[in-house]
Amino acid sequence: MTAPLLAISGLTKAYPGVVANDSVSLDIAGGEVHALLGENGAGKSTLVKMIYGLVKPDSGTMTLHGAPFVPGEPRAARAAGVAMVFQHFSLFDALSVAENIALGMESPPPLRDLSRRIRDVSETYGLPLDPHRIVGDLSAGERQRVEILRCLLQNPRLLIMDEPTSVLTPQEVAILFQTLRKLAAEGVSILYISHKLEEIRTLCDRATILRQGRNVATCNPRETTAREMAEMMVGTTLDVTARPARAPGATALDITGLSLASPNRFGTALKNLHFTLAEGEILGIGGVAGNGQDELLAALSGELRSAPGAIRLKGRPVGALGPAARRRLGLLTAPEERLGHAAAPDMSLTENALMTGAEREGLMARGFISWAAAQDFAARIISRFDVRTPGPDTAARALSGGNLQKFVIGREVLQRPEVLIVNQPTWGVDAAAAVAIRQALLDLAADGAAILCISQDLDELMEIADRFGALNEGRLSDIRPTHALSLQEIGLMMGGAHGMEVAHA
Amino acid sequence: MGDGGSAPLHRHEGAPMRIRLEKRPQPSRRWLYLSPLLAVLVTMLAGGALFAALGKNPVEAIATIFWEPLFGEFAFYYRPQLLVKGAPLVLIAIGLSLGFRAGVWNIGAEGQYIIGALAGAGVGLAFYPLDAWFVFPLMVIAGALGGLAWGMIPGLLRVRFGTNEILVSLMLVYVAEKLLAAMALGPMKNPEGMGFPGSRNLQQYPSAHNADLIADTGMHWGAVAALIAVIFAYILLGRHVLGYHIRLTGQAPRAARFAGVDPARLVLFCLGVSGALAGLAGMFEVSGPAGQVSIDFNVGYGFTAIIVAFLGRLHPFGIALAGLLMALTYIGGEIAQSNLGLPAAAIQMFQGMLLFFLLAVDLLTNYRLRLLPRPETA
Repeated sequence: MTAPLLAISGLTKAYPGVVANDSVSLDIAGGEVHALLGENGAGKSTLVKMIYGLVKPDSGTMTLHGAPFVPGEPRAARAAGVAMVFQHFSLFDALSVAENIALGMESPPPLRDLSRRIRDVSETYGLPLDPHRIVGDLSAGERQRVEILRCLLQNPRLLIMDEPTSVLTPQEVAILFQTLRKLAAEGVSILYISHKLEEIRTLCDRATILRQGRNVATCNPRETTAREMAEMMVGTTLDVTARPARAPGATALDITGLSLASPNRFGTALKNLHFTLAEGEILGIGGVAGNGQDELLAALSGELRSAPGAIRLKGRPVGALGPAARRRLGLLTAPEERLGHAAAPDMSLTENALMTGAEREGLMARGFISWAAAQDFAARIISRFDVRTPGPDTAARALSGGNLQKFVIGREVLQRPEVLIVNQPTWGVDAAAAVAIRQALLDLAADGAAILCISQDLDELMEIADRFGALNEGRLSDIRPTHALSLQEIGLMMGGAHGMEVAHA
Repeated sequence: MGDGGSAPLHRHEGAPMRIRLEKRPQPSRRWLYLSPLLAVLVTMLAGGALFAALGKNPVEAIATIFWEPLFGEFAFYYRPQLLVKGAPLVLIAIGLSLGFRAGVWNIGAEGQYIIGALAGAGVGLAFYPLDAWFVFPLMVIAGALGGLAWGMIPGLLRVRFGTNEILVSLMLVYVAEKLLAAMALGPMKNPEGMGFPGSRNLQQYPSAHNADLIADTGMHWGAVAALIAVIFAYILLGRHVLGYHIRLTGQAPRAARFAGVDPARLVLFCLGVSGALAGLAGMFEVSGPAGQVSIDFNVGYGFTAIIVAFLGRLHPFGIALAGLLMALTYIGGEIAQSNLGLPAAAIQMFQGMLLFFLLAVDLLTNYRLRLLPRPETA
């Protein structure tokens, strides 16, 4: 291998109470696709933030092209040829593609010249994109292209990509990988962060694995199994969720012709949804983010109202009822966004337990709250779901994402729902917690509850769901048994490559 | 894009240290209680500087404002005034604090105060000169309903048409002031007043007079109502699910909707209650300390109550203390005006500083200041 493009040696960064990176070293060669693997909290994002100049290391050195590399801010990193595509896009919905890209440039050329360059670069790399389209109208995959193009216009030597495929269909992933391979062939190095191990096995030349802030292993992913890599990440052997066999029961939830406009201007309207959910069944709803998942959850939770008959709970029309009334009847939900939606950040866990549990758990009488009972309920959730926190008086925002997610799911599961709707139940949760949450859902279904699991993690849906459907632009595909589905079929149900197949034709 | 919610405050080249704000994982309980005290202290310092700049002895001015009303030579006169001025402030601020906690910004308590006074006085004047026990209770009800109705206007407009309740409630203050002037000069004018503007004096109509319950203590029905409101709000916020929903809506509106809170009903409740309490305050004032409907009846309690609500941390007991403190600066300010010749504007500025510094110091509840050595590389 040639001399490394970027050499990192002994990089350490400590935050109060936690060492995020402890003497991390790695090399990235020119033209190499290098994977950075690790659970949440393993220190991946701290490491790339240091490379990108967002965070300053406490000690350790970096060299780029053999010269010391000490980026004081992202601008310095970009000037040195380091570009980054973030997991969360920073785009303005109301502006066009070209305007968004111009906003991120130090001295943007006139919009007409910029548009031409965007067109050129996008065609060269198989990322077709009309520079005049409004970003709010683009699919998630297309938005990601805007971010990638924004980077490519800087002619980077090192491209950092943070979880780029979490918003893509399998077909879009294939297109992205072709682009990345082309870039690598031209000598651009790519640092690829992901926890999708199969992707890393097909794309990457080498993988560095972080655990608790240290690099614990480097491997060639093509010669390592996904299970071996997962165990290196976690440090122990992984349990596999147990899935008891069961026969589907009576219909618990019946959705008939559910159509609903989105309350957000750039949201997705639900278009004539039909499906049923049986007792003891887990129905998985996949789809790329922004195709109506949030709206579906809101329609089922009661935050958005519909025609009464569009949603029937055990035969009873509930479409016009609010969240509290639906909860009373046994329809419980856990939204995707933990802070601010499923939980109030500044309130204690006791107060958050009260949020949905007040009536079903008998935490109040004639409107007066029993704080002792609420605290007791919070403590039960904490112990049953292994929530790591000093106690029920802790503010929700002080919990890590995974722990808060366990709390939120636990809060609903412990209320013995008849129907439970969850959106992204293991998003941003570490592997061990994800296994625990999935197991809790499976156990709940085994006890006869009907569960609807909305998720963008296809592996998760394949693991726990009995049947699968996909949301695409607010429409629901046919619902099919999961055991008979191939990845290719799932991709097509999710809307294929959203009209981008031409890219590499 | 910063690292974890902290922002450098100043980046002075060559400075050996820099100050950083670091978000606390939990709001600090200690600073929750300390910051109002610190704000009062800083206000005294800055106010002292202001008075010094005006050519007055700052120590004497501050002492006059804070000491004279309580322990000075004429304290026997000023102490009851503390209740007279504090009661309406507390009563209004309690109502406002419910809305402020839920993110409902009623800025027009002054208008609701005026309408409550007009409604209450209107009922009293209508019964004049009937001597009956029920006149005063009816005035109380009318005062509350008047304020409630005035508060419901911005409420209904917001719920129905999505208007901004800050603007509507504020503009309704000016409407109420015009109405007050019209009433004082027209329908409510004292027929035996020899043409002077202003209504009959309710202090001279025993059935309608909100007199001191214990003579010369300032303890009138308004103070009783304020005390009841404090206790009521304390129980509502701490023990009742409605209070919980108010807090939840203010802190995380989306979570509140998910929990099942109907935002429209909450808006109406908050504006209704704050309007009714402001209306009560106005009614107790017009039938007691003020005595009559006059053009200059309102003196800004409705606006000052906003300061009181925040100074009291939107907490009922805090508001009770803050109301008394604010009343103290009112009375002390008047003494300073007459004894030291301080301009009224300086006193108002002094009161404004209190809110200003409180909001600034408030930062310490959620953030901690850290002095960091400057890194060698920049």
